[in-house]
Amino acid sequence: MSIQVRAVRKRFGAFTALDDVSVDVPTGGLTALLGPSGGGKSTLLRVIAGLETPDGGEVLIDGLPATHLPVRERDVGFVFQHYAAFKHLTVYRNVAFGLEIRRRPAGEIRDRVGELLRLVRLEQFADRLPAQLSGGQRQRMALARALAVEPRVLLLDEPFGALDAQVRKELREWLRRLHDEVRVTTVFVTHDQEEALEVADEIVVVNQGRVEQTGPPDELYDRPATEFVMRFLGPTTRLGDALVRPHDIDVRLDGVGVPGRVDRLSRVGFEVRAHVDCDGQQVMVTLDRTRAAALDLAPGRAVSLVATSIGDPARPGTTRPISAGTGASGAAEFHP
Amino acid sequence: MVKRVIVVVYLGLLVLWPVGLVVANSFADGADALVAALSDPVVVNALWLTVQVAVVSVVINTVFGIGVSLLLVRHRFPGRWLLSVLIDLPLSVSPVVVGLAIVLVYGGVDGWFGPTLEAGGLQVVFAAPGMVMATVFVALPLVIREVVPVLREIGDEQEQAARTLGATGWQVFARITLPAIRWAVVYGVVLSLARSLGEFGAVKIVSGNLINRTQTATLVVEQKYQDFEQTTAYATAFLLAFAAVLCLVVVSVIRPKEGS
Repeated sequence: MSIQVRAVRKRFGAFTALDDVSVDVPTGGLTALLGPSGGGKSTLLRVIAGLETPDGGEVLIDGLPATHLPVRERDVGFVFQHYAAFKHLTVYRNVAFGLEIRRRPAGEIRDRVGELLRLVRLEQFADRLPAQLSGGQRQRMALARALAVEPRVLLLDEPFGALDAQVRKELREWLRRLHDEVRVTTVFVTHDQEEALEVADEIVVVNQGRVEQTGPPDELYDRPATEFVMRFLGPTTRLGDALVRPHDIDVRLDGVGVPGRVDRLSRVGFEVRAHVDCDGQQVMVTLDRTRAAALDLAPGRAVSLVATSIGDPARPGTTRPISAGTGASGAAEFHP
Repeated sequence: MVKRVIVVVYLGLLVLWPVGLVVANSFADGADALVAALSDPVVVNALWLTVQVAVVSVVINTVFGIGVSLLLVRHRFPGRWLLSVLIDLPLSVSPVVVGLAIVLVYGGVDGWFGPTLEAGGLQVVFAAPGMVMATVFVALPLVIREVVPVLREIGDEQEQAARTLGATGWQVFARITLPAIRWAVVYGVVLSLARSLGEFGAVKIVSGNLINRTQTATLVVEQKYQDFEQTTAYATAFLLAFAAVLCLVVVSVIRPKEGS
């Protein structure tokens, strides 16, 4: 089911959380609302769910106006950052909650809950209380609970934000696979660009209550519409006046490009970060180990730098030539 | 070690010894005093009236207390701060003042709208409604003070989750909120009950202390004591103290469960 948000505004006292925000979420997609904390993305998600009432604008779910529909009639599944587990109910009863409210027959509830607990791999924990589960298990339970009522849309508010790095990585891969299986229109909020780039079909970058850019991950990464999007989606450095990605700079020894001197080298895994001093300007370049060895880079060495792609907001549509070397180091940025 | 001795001696002199003496005096002639007290219709009527007034007050305070707690924690409205200050008022105002205030408003002869109510057939002062009112007033904050911090602590995410799953306001309250605050409510109820059973000042003024009609257990204790029926006074006092201790025992049994 598609979701349309049109010109939504929301203020909390003097603070503007959403300022004329419009977003289209296609049916069956997995969309990320990405942005810094306090940028309005959670408020937007809560407006879609009906947990906040917008001051203006409208929300359509499946083409029908939902702006003034109470939460319980919206048919949305909502997953909270801190799980919102019903502490006094067992895992089974948590997942069954929405079905019990809907007075479904006992047999149907049993089958459906069993099926969902298998889906989230918690069958053997059915009789436990949430307090006896780990954070990752609790969040999987919350997801099963939200899916139990077969919602038209699934909304997740920083679903992995409270988990440690390892579990977070596992769960987001699992969410991607789950979505491919269940195919329910899903929107999730995150401030982690890596999470958005890895999981989402479509990313909406939200900053200071406004939408900065919307598009598939590759498009946002390669052709950021604003400097903010470019900075938020990955590392950047300045070469002359241009804002570029550190792995989109070619280090040369033939004197072509901007001359500079290697100031400092640091190695992180198979990636080498070179800080190059170009007439007082500190430029960061990342390259892979093989390339760094081939160039025989060392502090004090004279080099010259050429941007292989310019992600200049003034020049949207610039395509990035991907050579084997920059591609590998680009991947290194996101899989340290 | 010295500190511990000081505390024990202090509490012993202040609490244990006097209360112990009440028990000792009640049982000076074995269970005779207690049997005698319980066969005195004045005492029995007073005890029965006390229980009735206390139970009705506790029910009112529980329903109202949970409602006000939800209002204070879950809603933002003008005057919220004032409401939360007013709720603590009964703790700082002397019960005697409360009793006088009720007489001033509901007094059958020259109260504000007491005469109007009495013309309509409802006597408040010198009758059960006034006594319930006075008792409700003095025990008002006890449920709220227990429930509010727990409501704050559990937050409203569980309630929001229940709403997204299709629960109505009432279903959210019955299935999510109430189970989450149940121990706080029980604790508040027990405290309110203890406070209501033992109320003296406000009830004395409002009830008129009419024997067999508006005389509660605490008022009987005072009257019997002044009428040189010390053994009956001690026996009744013992029953009140026993009920209070029972309440405290119930509370201390409940307390550890709050953590889990």
